[in-house]
Amino acid sequence: MGSNMAEAHPVGFQWIIEAKLRGAKVIHIDPRFTRTSAHADQHVPIRAGTDIAFLGGVVNHILSNDLDFREYVAAYTNAPYLVSESFQDTEDLDGLFSGYDPHTASYDATSWSYANVNSEPHPGHDAKERSDPYQHGARGPFVETADGGIESDPTLQHPRCVFQVLKRHFSRYTPEMVARICGVPEETFLQVCDAWTANSGRERTTSLVYSVGWTQHSVGAQYIRAGSIVQLLTGNIGRPGSGIFALRGHASIQGSTDIPTLFNLLPGYLPMPDTRHETLSDYLDGVRGPEQKGFWGNSDAYMVSLLKEYWGDAATAENDFCFDYMPRINGDHNTYRTAMDMLAGKVHGFFLLGQNPAVGSAHGRLQRLGMANLDWLVVRDLSMIESATVWKDSPEIETGEIVPEKCRTEVFFFPASSHVEKAGTFTQTQRMLQWRDQAVEPIGDRRSELWFFHQLAVRIKERLAGSTDERDRPVLDLAWDYEVEGDEPSPADVLRHINGIDLTTGRTVNGYPELKADGSTACGCWIYSGVYANETNQARRRVSRFDSGPYDAEWGWTWPLNRRILYNRASADPEGRPWSERKKLVWWDEESGQWTGNDTPDFELKKPPHYRAPEGSSGPTALSGSDAFIMMADGKAWLYAPAGLADGPMPTHYEPHESPMRNLLYGQQGSPVRKVYGRPDNPSNPAPPEANSDVFPFVFTAARLTEHHTAGAMSRQLPYLAELQPALFVEVSPELARERGLTHLGWAHVITSRTAVDARVMVTDRMAPLRIDGRVVHQVWMPYHWGSAGLTTGDVVNDLIGVVGDGNVFIQESKVLTCDVQPGQRPRGPALLAYVEEYRQRAGITVETGTRIATAGGHLERAHIEPDEPDDDPPEEAS
Amino acid sequence: MTRENSFHGPLADPAGEAGHEDHPPRMGFFTDTSVCIGCKACEVACKEWNAVPEDGIELLGMSYDNTGSLGASSWRHVAFIEQQRPLGHQDAGLTDLPVGPSSTETTTEVVAEALEATERGGANLGTAPVDLGFPSFDLPGAGSGVENRTQFRWLMSSDVCKHCTHAGCLDVCPTGALFRTEFGTVVVQQDICNGCGYCVSGCPYGVIDRRPDDGRAWKCTMCYDRLRADMEPACAKACPTDSIQFGPLDELRERADRRLADLHAIGVSEAQLYGRDPEDGVGGDGAFFLLLDDPEVYGFPPDPVVPARDIKSMWQHAGTAAAMMVAASAAVFLGGRRRR
Amino acid sequence: MGVKTWLDAWPVYRQLTGEDPLGRGRAAQSKRSRTLESKTETADRMVHSVCPYCAVGCAQRVFVKDEQVIQIEGNPDSPISRGRLCPKGSASKQLVTGPQRETHVLYRRPYGTDWEPLDLDTAVDMVVDRMLDARRKGWQDTDDEGRKLRRTLGMASLGGAALDNEENYLIKKLFTALGAIQIENQARI
Repeated sequence: MGSNMAEAHPVGFQWIIEAKLRGAKVIHIDPRFTRTSAHADQHVPIRAGTDIAFLGGVVNHILSNDLDFREYVAAYTNAPYLVSESFQDTEDLDGLFSGYDPHTASYDATSWSYANVNSEPHPGHDAKERSDPYQHGARGPFVETADGGIESDPTLQHPRCVFQVLKRHFSRYTPEMVARICGVPEETFLQVCDAWTANSGRERTTSLVYSVGWTQHSVGAQYIRAGSIVQLLTGNIGRPGSGIFALRGHASIQGSTDIPTLFNLLPGYLPMPDTRHETLSDYLDGVRGPEQKGFWGNSDAYMVSLLKEYWGDAATAENDFCFDYMPRINGDHNTYRTAMDMLAGKVHGFFLLGQNPAVGSAHGRLQRLGMANLDWLVVRDLSMIESATVWKDSPEIETGEIVPEKCRTEVFFFPASSHVEKAGTFTQTQRMLQWRDQAVEPIGDRRSELWFFHQLAVRIKERLAGSTDERDRPVLDLAWDYEVEGDEPSPADVLRHINGIDLTTGRTVNGYPELKADGSTACGCWIYSGVYANETNQARRRVSRFDSGPYDAEWGWTWPLNRRILYNRASADPEGRPWSERKKLVWWDEESGQWTGNDTPDFELKKPPHYRAPEGSSGPTALSGSDAFIMMADGKAWLYAPAGLADGPMPTHYEPHESPMRNLLYGQQGSPVRKVYGRPDNPSNPAPPEANSDVFPFVFTAARLTEHHTAGAMSRQLPYLAELQPALFVEVSPELARERGLTHLGWAHVITSRTAVDARVMVTDRMAPLRIDGRVVHQVWMPYHWGSAGLTTGDVVNDLIGVVGDGNVFIQESKVLTCDVQPGQRPRGPALLAYVEEYRQRAGITVETGTRIATAGGHLERAHIEPDEPDDDPPEEAS
Repeated sequence: MTRENSFHGPLADPAGEAGHEDHPPRMGFFTDTSVCIGCKACEVACKEWNAVPEDGIELLGMSYDNTGSLGASSWRHVAFIEQQRPLGHQDAGLTDLPVGPSSTETTTEVVAEALEATERGGANLGTAPVDLGFPSFDLPGAGSGVENRTQFRWLMSSDVCKHCTHAGCLDVCPTGALFRTEFGTVVVQQDICNGCGYCVSGCPYGVIDRRPDDGRAWKCTMCYDRLRADMEPACAKACPTDSIQFGPLDELRERADRRLADLHAIGVSEAQLYGRDPEDGVGGDGAFFLLLDDPEVYGFPPDPVVPARDIKSMWQHAGTAAAMMVAASAAVFLGGRRRR
Repeated sequence: MGVKTWLDAWPVYRQLTGEDPLGRGRAAQSKRSRTLESKTETADRMVHSVCPYCAVGCAQRVFVKDEQVIQIEGNPDSPISRGRLCPKGSASKQLVTGPQRETHVLYRRPYGTDWEPLDLDTAVDMVVDRMLDARRKGWQDTDDEGRKLRRTLGMASLGGAALDNEENYLIKKLFTALGAIQIENQARI
């Protein structure tokens, strides 16, 4: 679901074909019939944006028919725990949970906690930027209690136990409701349920694959929660052949999340400090509660080691290891907010490092206008990209919105080294780090980012030398003494420092259990600790598959600690025996008194299954011998999230921000905490209960083609790829083609309230209209790889998309919106602006459209405006 | 002077027949289209290795096929066929959906026109989606719900030079540019080819062609240089799902027979082998296929015949190269008619 | 060249005297064909790499001759990819050797209508100047309530998903020390 694996990850798809040849059944649930569907046993067309309704239906089917893997659920999930009496469900509040404040469009999550547990200090009436999720990193939000302290009902019968709360929450997600919302016939839906449950349990497992078809929604995080709940109920986490595969789309996008270039994270999913954290201990208390159970309990060691790596000798216990040097966040600083801040003139300079937002980000026009309003822009890429030339050949030149002679942005284009011109590691989609050796030297001015940022660091340090300004201390004290090869740091030495070094011996540590909170270790990213164990680059291991068995795991190195399946303690029953011989992975070996098996056990090696934590313990010690989910604050997998999410403890079907449909389940139409930016330059198409949604009657979704790569800089420029997919097209069903008078290979244009985009028409049976609640709904699809540069050029599909974000992670909703389609090409130049304006007027669109997000009870609340603060005030001018 | 079956019929050892002593086993391709995901890695890997130029950035709209046909600069070609037919034991999910007419017919028309504008007028190669004459639901007012588009499948298949046991191109080549290698494959030697073009009409599959710029004839060499280094051809090596399999032809034929039996066993009764039979009109192909429909659906001639089938008797009577050309033209003419 | 060798080089002689009377095989083999070698065999070295496109992480072998990349193909040893590559991975050589790649720094001055050349060293120095200036202009010591911010909103960065872990590490580290927080990449998109 939400993945077109054969097209987006063709080489990974060999394993699906392999599984199929061995008898596995493959089901593809996707709005259109793709190259993946062509190889599925069953393709299930679904309306884009309704996956939670579908998955909720699966949960309901499982719970109503007692099809869950009960022993697994009872032992490893939080199903038995009781939820607070003050908790109210969407069933009670017409689609909202208790604690909602329409004024700030955010929740106070206090009432979601377990019954007798002191849960997260709640965000109160802070805006959702200050609420939990993005400040957590990946740690479980905490639940303070000693083991056994949570009130529970092992029989799962108590009306307030998670199991029953879940059952009630999804009780309305019946096959009939799934059919009405998703357009999936009841019979088809039940076939999927049967296949899923029949292939789960002791002897069998089912895997779930998703990609950005799930994440790019205003409720994206909850899509994944919904998938997780199904996989937990069916016992499909931590076991061989089970799990949830998040297929990621870029060579090291996993790495750039682990070692983040993200505003709210530090390496290893430690949260970025915020304004509540005056001292290191404030910060650490925010990462792990004092009584925190599980491995986040050691986050003091992870953080102190990071500070030691950042500031070296300057970081001492006396000065809080320079924690004070950390900048603080206090709100939303995501890339879309930043683009808006560029338009507002608040951002002076911008670096683009192998990314092309003029084509690849939602609302390309906003991105380009933002970049045309900078003081300076640095672009580093292999080839010339549209983002570097907004002043020269952007679509806004044609419309007259950007005039080169009036565009002030100073642009530096630096040619970058390619993957064969530098050494280093990529982290692939299953968390495996693989080292690349350098093949050739880069020519001309081509350089790596390592070179570039080393040069910046060295020169800035020189420039600031002798400064007495307090704000320059973090730069002057910054440890930047990596081994240098020529004029750039040795990537291997940087990786050593990421791995971590024992400062008393100067040697690399062998893993995160060796990290200390006393300043005697330095480590750049605790989850990567072990990648340079024994002073050896483990990511460079290349033991051929011909010379090793399936579990030898000596190719590359997978975090954490070369473990291949996370939470694999759950592959054994509470007593430590494999659930079945057929599906064994790790188990307790009584004789040797430790966990053993085919994978690195994701558990303390010598902790026996019957271990119970002593009263008052915390951290890993507090985990019992059957607490398989060792990173969670209660050692359990969460069917119900008592804290940590902005939009509710359980997934709920909300219609997309732009939808042709009223929510059939609740008065609450869309996500009540989605990030909306009501601005004249970011209009929304109306959705029920707002009027005029019929002006944009079709459901739009976009995705990749095999033959191109994202924004196209690495494919549209290459003749061998450009010739394989030589033009931008829009896929429509024959029915829609007839309705709108579109002809195969002819021109059409797709229109939203943002703009109109030209494309050639591809009429195909692979697009089928769906019957949604008694009416026929058409879906259209476009690939989004085109722009103005390269051997094949075309309009920017992302220009159609507005900026609306998931309330948890701020990812934009770009997988579903509404649109109109008309035959022929769009108007050119300034006439385009007038044309789109005419559509907006017809649809009655104002800045408030789409921002009245609280609709429970059937009435529209007043418009919700995302606060511009805390970045509102003019920055203090420095002397 | 010639041996039995030098020009047609089964021939156990084409390389030996061509004078190669102590030669390696005959190597070939078995393309199992039932696992082809249509990624076109074969097309790119081939072009990268053999430095085949880009040959047209043009939208053909034959589903996802923008290559159109094999040619001088397309030595691999992935065909995409959208059909109103079920695939064995697949549920395409379209049953019961409120759909009207299929697009197949309309797109076929448009694509045929588009193809005629291409260099080789590829439409007559039959690679366009084929309407099999299933009942059309193209009723007035269709699309509102009562008529169902009941079945659908999307086939993909990577085509390549067949490296025939009896290769028409080779038989008619007057310069010795085309030759049979020690691996039993058929290769154009660019240092010899003078661009006469006889081979183009000699090929019953429409594979070999001349490049407009240099006039010489080009086609798949089965990566002759790689084979000599004991490496597999670039396309087979890249193929993500092992749809393109490379190896000794004997082994491939056994493997294909097993795969065919497996598919029949799980209910894919439409699966069939193409080019596997040494008794066929070209003595069997060095590159053969497992298809999920009749060959013409994929653009293959259903019954290819080497133009030199009758050459032995002709040689005896006339023995002129001119006659060969006549035979070649006649065979192509006949082959073409049969395909219609 | 001896007479025999000379004669052997003549296809008709080979055809008439050899095992290939029809002249369709060995007799027709040209000198180039007889001496043909795989370019990977004559490469100076083979270097291990990983495909730069999607996140599957397919292993690549990069063949280098005379300091030029002459071939990139899959590495069959890899337990992930088993030597296979998709069309994009198969086009990697074109990606790294193609004419679309830029080789020199380009500079567009404010209100300029075209690119200008610029020396790399000078360009880096100019960027350093601008970073310090933007940092200063966007600096915030505290928020309204006097809580510590110690940051600048003057500059931002986007990118990282195509870069190495080591690079992302240094990028985040330097920006954090400078107080820049609007550091983002594709993972948010």
